[in-house]
Amino acid sequence: MPKLKLPKPPLPGALTPPPKRPGTTEKTGPRAGAKQSGISAIDWIDERTSLSGAARWMMFRKIPKGTNWFYTLGSATMFAFLSQAVTGVFLAMYYIPDTAGGAYESVRYITNEVFLGEFVRGMHRWGSSVMIILVMLHMGRTFFFGAYKYPRELNWVIGVVLLILTYVMGFTGYLLPFDQRSYWATVVGVNINGTGPLVGPYLNDFIRAGPDFTQSTLARFYSIHMMIVPGLLAVLIGAHLYLVAKMGTTAPPWLKPEKKGDVDRERA
Amino acid sequence: MSDRRSKQKSKYTEDRGMPGAFEGETVTRRRMMTGTAHAAGGIAAAAFILPSVGFALGPVFEEVEPSWEPVGPPEDFPADTYVPKVITLVEGIGETGKSTVYIRTYNPEIDTEPRDEYNAWIALSTRCMHLGCPVRFVAASERFICPCHGGVYDITGEVTGGPPVRPLDHFYTRERSGQVEVGPRYSVNSELERFSPRDPGQPLDGIGQYVYPSRPTIRKLPE
Repeated sequence: MPKLKLPKPPLPGALTPPPKRPGTTEKTGPRAGAKQSGISAIDWIDERTSLSGAARWMMFRKIPKGTNWFYTLGSATMFAFLSQAVTGVFLAMYYIPDTAGGAYESVRYITNEVFLGEFVRGMHRWGSSVMIILVMLHMGRTFFFGAYKYPRELNWVIGVVLLILTYVMGFTGYLLPFDQRSYWATVVGVNINGTGPLVGPYLNDFIRAGPDFTQSTLARFYSIHMMIVPGLLAVLIGAHLYLVAKMGTTAPPWLKPEKKGDVDRERA
Repeated sequence: MSDRRSKQKSKYTEDRGMPGAFEGETVTRRRMMTGTAHAAGGIAAAAFILPSVGFALGPVFEEVEPSWEPVGPPEDFPADTYVPKVITLVEGIGETGKSTVYIRTYNPEIDTEPRDEYNAWIALSTRCMHLGCPVRFVAASERFICPCHGGVYDITGEVTGGPPVRPLDHFYTRERSGQVEVGPRYSVNSELERFSPRDPGQPLDGIGQYVYPSRPTIRKLPE
């Protein structure tokens, strides 16, 4: 008999199984065992990790009155990231970071030849814009609802780092198709970066791996795009979510206690 | 054990407030072990982090050999207009490594820069000095025009309009075996004085040359 109890699904009355009659015993045998196998497997893991407590802590939180659709923008951003991560990993199966025509050819191959290649690349290409839009909306929501205030400042700071990393993803990913547009856009982008006084020229040399665009430049952009920044993003999103669960979400600013002392009474 | 502790006499050990320390000990064994473990972890992490960072930064400090590329006999290049030639800036990456260079013969009527061994032919880079887009020479108006943000340069490469911050980069030229050769790049300020090559968008007038330092490994040729 598994120890883990799943919550009862909220079925309408007609579909709810009738309660057991008094006196009947638990069914045993292979069919009953098979029915329980899933929950037994989860139970086996939970008994050795106590993960269900962490999952409950993360998933079943108290949320304030007035929580509305604007509060889903963070999750939407996370799913945009997950979509980018999954499609990106699979695009890497076909992509070749070769400046002498191989990169462009491999992207053309993905788009025109690979089964569903156009779809997966399209998801990744348009998903990047979607992610940046969602990040901005999420940031706007946090700002206008005052959700960045004490004690959530650190989460705001992590969020700003995530925003910058998302831009880095957009910038480095733009070069990878290696057509005229992406090449010249990246030339312009790198040179804008170079106008930073004193450090700009050195940063440019670091980004390009030398004074000119070379094979190393594309390899470098590819490595930043698919290894370094996604790793940082995943870690920081974890920290971001941990802090959200730890601090809880804020009530919308227009929600005031209905009567004086209401808040105190609720706490009691 | 407890005997020894109670008999502890040394002021030295007592003063340091190290309960359980042996007589005369200055560092407890626990502290010693903690320190050793931290140091070992630090060394192990540095052993892979430092080489990786150096590996990523390496190309910044790499010496680039100046290369000279023949582009044609001297009579190919008139003194009143430019001839476009394609040279290879970076070997081994196909079209991406190539760039157009506009070349003409030095013309005392329009060129103000002093003649020396490297400018019998004026070779201008097509890299726009606003943000690096490729400019083209329009013979009818005798102007270089950038398609990206509307930068305009006159026939000597000086800025006559738009956002560019300095004149077009030049390449050194020389003659070898009856061929004009195009050599390394150099940047110029608005007086067409030579500077070590800089990236587009970095002005060289006034304090510009100090605010935007050149690469230590690529210098203009000694005059």
